[in-house]
Parts: sequence; structure tokens; C-alpha cells
Amino acid sequence: MRLSEEQRALRDTTTEFAAEHLAPHAVEWDQTKHFPVEVLRKAAQLGLGGLYLPEKFGGAALGRWDGTLVFEALAGGCPSIAAYVSIHNMVATMIDQFGDEAQRHRYLPGMSTMDSPGSYCLTEPDAGSDAGALSTRARREGEHYVLDGFKQFISGAGHSEVYVVFARTGGPGPHGISAFILDRDTPGLSFGPNEHKMGWNAQPTRQVILDSARVPAAALLGTENGGFGIAMSALDGGRLNIGACSLGGAEAALGMAVRHLSERSAFGARLSQAQALQFRLADMRTDLEAARSLLWRAATALDQDAEEATHLSAMAKRICTDTGFEVANQALQLHGGYGYLAEYGLEKIVRDLRVHQILEGTNEIMRVIISRRMLAEAA
Amino acid sequence: MNIVVLVKQVPDTYSERKLSDADSTLDRDSADAVLDEINEKAVEQALQIKEAGEGEVTVVCVGPDRATDAIRKALSMGADKAVHVCDDALHGSDVLATAKVIAAAIGKGDAPDLVLAGNEATDGGGGAIPAILSELLGLPQLTHAREVSIEGQTVKATRETDEGLTYLEANLPAIVSVAEKINEPRYPSFKGIMAAKKKPVDTFTVADLGVDAGEVGLGNAWSAVTEAAPKPPRAAGQKAEDEGDGGTKIAEYLVTQKLI
Repeated sequence: MRLSEEQRALRDTTTEFAAEHLAPHAVEWDQTKHFPVEVLRKAAQLGLGGLYLPEKFGGAALGRWDGTLVFEALAGGCPSIAAYVSIHNMVATMIDQFGDEAQRHRYLPGMSTMDSPGSYCLTEPDAGSDAGALSTRARREGEHYVLDGFKQFISGAGHSEVYVVFARTGGPGPHGISAFILDRDTPGLSFGPNEHKMGWNAQPTRQVILDSARVPAAALLGTENGGFGIAMSALDGGRLNIGACSLGGAEAALGMAVRHLSERSAFGARLSQAQALQFRLADMRTDLEAARSLLWRAATALDQDAEEATHLSAMAKRICTDTGFEVANQALQLHGGYGYLAEYGLEKIVRDLRVHQILEGTNEIMRVIISRRMLAEAA
Repeated sequence: MNIVVLVKQVPDTYSERKLSDADSTLDRDSADAVLDEINEKAVEQALQIKEAGEGEVTVVCVGPDRATDAIRKALSMGADKAVHVCDDALHGSDVLATAKVIAAAIGKGDAPDLVLAGNEATDGGGGAIPAILSELLGLPQLTHAREVSIEGQTVKATRETDEGLTYLEANLPAIVSVAEKINEPRYPSFKGIMAAKKKPVDTFTVADLGVDAGEVGLGNAWSAVTEAAPKPPRAAGQKAEDEGDGGTKIAEYLVTQKLI
């Protein structure tokens, strides 16, 4: 698997951007819970606002493999910001793929420039992994839909301009769900307080509250009761990107660990001369490379629209987020007490990467997706 | 407006740079090669001028095969096309020969309205190319610009020196060399990166340009680098022990150095 010249340039440019605009501020943003909207707009000048959108909407028209390179590089500066950019792109791509021309023209140019950041609103207080059981309702009233319910753990909520909200328009189960595009100023739409979280502090997470939120019928994205497929369609790509974000954070942590072992001495020798530690570094690098290989393979499958793309994406998400967390955590251990200090930036990476094992489908759900297919094939 | 930007691939200033043992020319293999940052600024300036009106930006580069990476970077930033002069005979050329080759390469295209260059490269640091080119092309030169603007058929530049600012202007066509403070170069956009490979790059040898091979290369250079020595490592500074009077001691030291 060789990267093309363009792919290397995409990666290197993003790496430079992340080193200049994200990394120097990442710890401060985490500590102060600052969502750097202005930096996101700057990132959008590179193309990060509409990675997969057509050029006519200001997009970069990249493929999924390209995207994993970009997200890994971006996460090297700050996994939390990179992951938000992934979520924004999921929303933009859903509108591009399932929106009508009016919706695409209305939303996508502003999303490309990040003047209109997006939020993905599927999860509810009582429906996480079992998204098909969601209870937010949308009822038709003449030329409008009226939405009632709560959306939980919504990244960017309060700051975002564009909300794709999944709500029940039909009977129980996944086939009674529709998708809607809501503007931030929709009457009846409000937001809970910024959640106190273990990590991902550089992006806000709030509840989205729908209290008779009234939208025109034209806000329906795709067909009525066709929303669950839209929600799921975004997840393959989102899972690859969140996996890439884990690799990027872990690479940054590993780089710090290598430097630390090379500089610090104990018991009369450099730590890097201890074979036990050398072997640990070797294993960390090997594990990351193995995970990356699967990620690239899954991304290539998605680019080719291959039939196995969904379950390869699930495998890649599981292995990249587990490995990324483990490697970052090991890097913290290799730093001793300094790894536990905020100013070194390591504990922040560990806290950020922990949630990647939970969101975009928990790693348990990834195993459900993988095994369901195995057992179906055996039956 | 037809804008030509001179670009050069140089060893990355972050890597260890050295000269080859054999002939004291640049050891290109010992360091990562990048588009010189001052040239990125020249490209940025060209793009800003183009975006403010209309026109075409052509980058001209003299360098070995792998200089295509530097050219592609300029194209991915938004330049429209490129001219690459690539010939083993050019190895070790001095500024005079290089300027002759650049002049001939510029002559291959439509006459430029504006030629932009960095004021000096971060590797050789000769800083003479814009001036020599001005002579060879018979164009006015505004050098060390920290601001450039185009007003009709006039180019205006602000030059910063230790003594102050000088406001310059010349009729187009002209040559402008830019200094560090001119701008912050943009990152190539992803769209620009994907488009760069499809942009035209004309490659010429010295013979294609009608330049006599006897005028270029190390053997024909008017000056030679005879030896190079690495910068000595920085000596340890002076230490002051803080016995409750650290501030006073530092102030006294600064007074002896006539800094305060």
C-alpha cells in the first residue's frame, strides 16, 4: 500500500497545519474548554470543512483513504478538534448524499468554509447503541414538522449552525425514523449545559432539546421513514476517521515517549538503553502499524464501494481506537510522573482517546457488526 | 497580468545542512529538500496580486530532478504553470550563470509584466540573482520589499532597512524581490494539491534554452567555495547565583553589557 504523491502532500500539509495551529494550544484549550471556532475556519481554507463534498460546493472531493491520512495528521495536533472535524464532515456528507438540490445549495457552501459547523444528533438519553429505539418524535402539521424529544452527547451543540436530527415519524424500530435538518435558530430548539467530561474538552458536548421545534416540511432529509439508513451511512466513514484520530493521537504520544526515553537517565544510563523499554517501543510502533494497515484497507474498501466495507470499517474502528488508547497510555507510563502532569500533554491525549472506544458505535457494537455477519454466513 | 515567480528548492533549515567533501557544493542528499520559505512568500504575493485582478502565475525553477517537489508545492499553492530547467551541466553554477539560465527560461514564455523573487535563498544566501536578472532582462528592480502593490502600470514597494523605510516605484514590467515580512504564505489547499499534478510543467535543458554549456556549471563559475566550517557550538553563558539579590546581579550584568 503505497501513498501517492498527492496523498503524501495532503498528509504533510495537514501535519504542518496541526503543528502550527493546533498543537501549541491543545493543552490550553483542554484546560479552559475552549472551542476554537476561528481555527476551524482556518482549517476550512485547506479543505477540512468539506473533505468529501464536490468542488461546486467548495469541497475538496477527497476519497476515504485520503481522509484517514488527513485525520491522522490533524489529530497529531489535537484529537478532540480532529474528531469534531470528522463529525462535521459526516453531517455535510449526509446532506450532500441525501439532500435535494435546494438543501445542498443552502447548507454545503457554508459548511465547506466552516461558517456553518454541523452536529449529528442521533443518540438519546435512553437510546445509544440501540439507536433504532430512539423516541424523539416528529409529527406533521400541515406544511411543517414539529419535533419533541432530547438528543444526548451532541458534539458541537450550541456552537453548530446545522443540526441533522433523527426522529420517529412512523412505527417502532429503525424503519420509523426520519432525518431532519435544523438551523440553530429553529424555534423550540435549545441546548443543555456543556457537559463535564473526562476528555474531548476542546469541543462542547451538550444535550439538544427539542420542545415543539417547528421546521418546514422542506427540512426533511431524504424520504420519510428513511432516516435510519442515512444515520448508518455516515457511520462507516465516521468510524474510519475516528480510528484515524486515535492513531494520530497515539503517534504524537509515542513520539514524545521516544524523545523522553532518549533524554532521561536513570541508574547511570539513558532510559532508551534499557532493553525492556526498547522492546516496549517496538511493540507500540508495530501495533500502530498493524492497526493502520487495517484502517487503510477498510478505507480503500469504502472508496471502492466494496461489499465488505462496513464490517472492515467496524474492525478498523475497533482495532485503531483500542490500540491508540493502549499506546497513548503506555506512552504516559513511560514518562513516569511527568506523564501525569497536564503540561506535558500526554494525559490529555489519553483522556481524549478514551472516548473513541465508546462513540461512533461502541467497540462492543463493532463486535456485534462483525460477528453478526460471520454467523449469518455460517447459517 | 503575467507574473513570473522564481523558486528554488533548498535544504530544510531544520535539518543538518552541509557541503559535499568532493567539490564543496551543496550536499543535497544530506538534508530534506523543501521549497525555500522566502519563495513561498513570493508565490503568495503573486497569488494575491492575481486574485486582486486577473492574470497568470508561472513559477520558474532551476534545479535537479527532485526540484519537481518544490515546483509542485508552488503549483499546489495556486500557481498556474511551471518552467523547470534541469540539467546535470548546471551542477555548481554560480549566481551569474544561474541568472543567465533564468533569464533564458523566462524568455521562453510570454514577456512577464512582473517577476517576483525572494531576496536571498536560505542556502547559498547570494542575494544577487534579482539584481543580475534586472541587468540581463533590462528591467527595473525593487528589492527587499516588505510591501508590494500594483497600481495600473506602476508597481510600488516598501523596502525596510536598518535605517528606515524606503518607498519605491517603477513602471511595469519590473522585478521585485520580497523580504521576510512581506506576508504569511498560505497552506496549499487540498483542492490545490489534487490539481497540481495536472498543471503544465515545461522542462528545459541548458541546450534547449540556447545557453552555452561553457558558461555554466562548477568549472565555469567565477567564484569558488574553498572551504566551509560548521558554526562553533554556542558557549555556555555566564551564571549568577541568586542569594536573594539575583535581580540586582542580572541588572548589573546588563549594565556592563550596555543593554540597560
